[in-house]
Amino acid sequence: MSLQVSLKHRFAGFDLDVAFEAPSGVTALFGRSGSGKTTVINAVAGLLRPDHGLVTSNGITLLDRSRGIELPPHQRRVGYVFQDSRLFPHLTVRQNLLYGRWFAPKEPGVSLDRIVELLGIAPLLSRRPGALSGGEKQRVAIGRAILSNPRLLALDEPLAALDEARKAEILPYLERLRDELHLPILYVSHAMAEVARLANTVVLMEAGRVAAAGPTADILSDPDAAPGLGLREAGALLTATVAAQDEDGLTRLDCAAGPLWLPRIAAPLGTDLRIRILAQDVMLATTRPEGISALNILSTTVRDIRHGTGPGTLVRLDAHGETILARITRRSAEALALAPGKPVFTVLKAVSVAQESVGVKRT
Amino acid sequence: MTDWLTPNEWRAVALSLRVSFWATVVSLPIGLLVAYALARWNFWGKQLLNGLVHLPLILPPVVTGYLLLLTFGRKGTVGQYLDEWFGLVFAFRWTGAALAAAVMAFPLMVRAMRLAIEAVDPKLEQAAGTLGASKPWVFLTVTLPLILPGIIAGAILAFAKAMGEFGATITFVSNIPGQTQTLPSAIYAFLQVPGGEGSAARLVWIAIVIAMAALLLSEWVAKAIARRISGQ
Repeated sequence: MSLQVSLKHRFAGFDLDVAFEAPSGVTALFGRSGSGKTTVINAVAGLLRPDHGLVTSNGITLLDRSRGIELPPHQRRVGYVFQDSRLFPHLTVRQNLLYGRWFAPKEPGVSLDRIVELLGIAPLLSRRPGALSGGEKQRVAIGRAILSNPRLLALDEPLAALDEARKAEILPYLERLRDELHLPILYVSHAMAEVARLANTVVLMEAGRVAAAGPTADILSDPDAAPGLGLREAGALLTATVAAQDEDGLTRLDCAAGPLWLPRIAAPLGTDLRIRILAQDVMLATTRPEGISALNILSTTVRDIRHGTGPGTLVRLDAHGETILARITRRSAEALALAPGKPVFTVLKAVSVAQESVGVKRT
Repeated sequence: MTDWLTPNEWRAVALSLRVSFWATVVSLPIGLLVAYALARWNFWGKQLLNGLVHLPLILPPVVTGYLLLLTFGRKGTVGQYLDEWFGLVFAFRWTGAALAAAVMAFPLMVRAMRLAIEAVDPKLEQAAGTLGASKPWVFLTVTLPLILPGIIAGAILAFAKAMGEFGATITFVSNIPGQTQTLPSAIYAFLQVPGGEGSAARLVWIAIVIAMAALLLSEWVAKAIARRISGQ
């Protein structure tokens, strides 16, 4: 299950030149508006004809300009979820969901009942798109794309047009899709919270180029990628397990880096969580701090130090195999005489849960 | 039913309905194709086609009728071959009246359809493509249902226009009772003879009723469909 993409396209005043591989799971195309993310999935889906390009999915060539292979959109079977949902106004929700079924190859795919259950849209089936809220429309659009039996799903900022409450409503459904359907998913986004929560792989795009690509946790904690992510968004992404519910209302999480305490998380013991530690929420100390209110202090080792152009410095830390990123000033780094291999105590000012469940089942 | 109309009057009404019906039905597919081409395609001579389609709207109807006579008359540039090869004669037949009505109504029909096609969001068609629908299927399952109100409006407008066509018809196929004497021609003819006012008045009422019925029907159908496709 993988998708290879290599594209070159010249617009007036903009050059796209990207190549990446998307393994199964969610691959996020992350970058600022205008970095070429949507152009990439349009080219994958056949809605844009790139000057040069090669797109293969599981060994099937969808596009190869050098060999003159260009499957039309309807033969590519790329389930596309648009930002503006694009439901057919003259059809009911049920008819919209089943639209792609007419044309899909007659092989067993997901059933309508399963998708309706997975997306929680049973009460909407006989309604028409005009009578749906933005969040409901988007869930129906996602279901419609999946039911067309696609090789892969392409989601173009499916949550961008929605308010925070609607986003929170849809994200769990997207997590379930990722975990329960084994489809490669291309997910275009410029919201780091969505990416941290959903993506297995991140392709970081800047001005039509791939600035960095790799597993989400590696990219988010890569000092080199930090400028592209936005310094405020850089940080570690760890997997932790709910270990205990303490009586004073805190929840203990265990991860390789050590135990962490967070305000109560309503999840059963043994649940795997994805947690984010932003680089700007990390403090460093050369001796174990005492008389400090912070609960979460980890003993770590400096792996490397990256000075930026400004007064800031990014320090990558090794915490028993996990990576944590700290953003401190250059002056502090020099005052503490930080150097690779030096043991330091890492004080976490804030830890947030990126996702209720990482979906990796412990076996 | 016919005792309140004389046979001549009745024939004029029946002929007008037949002429208008066929003029509308035959020009529907052609009108749809032309409207689609004008709305969506870019090709050489697009403005020329657009002008040609609209010409009957602006030309004096007598001129259109005369041009039809030159082209589709028995000795006309096209008419003589149609007669020779297919035995199809337009001159001084009801088919000629239908042709004249169709040509005169064509711009109205195309206009209504073109506006409807231009109102369809191509993004919906794109979405249908990504769901596996080929171009013809996209047209049949997305575009066509969405432009249906425009098609119906165009057809009814064309029918009403065909019912009222006079100048081109009388020029092209004359005014032969039972053959080419449509409702307007009959009213005109009755007004030319003394004592014909009664007949003319009855036909005028019928013309008003048919026109009104067509208008109400089109409003009602268009509303019903618009409600359906607005997604409410």
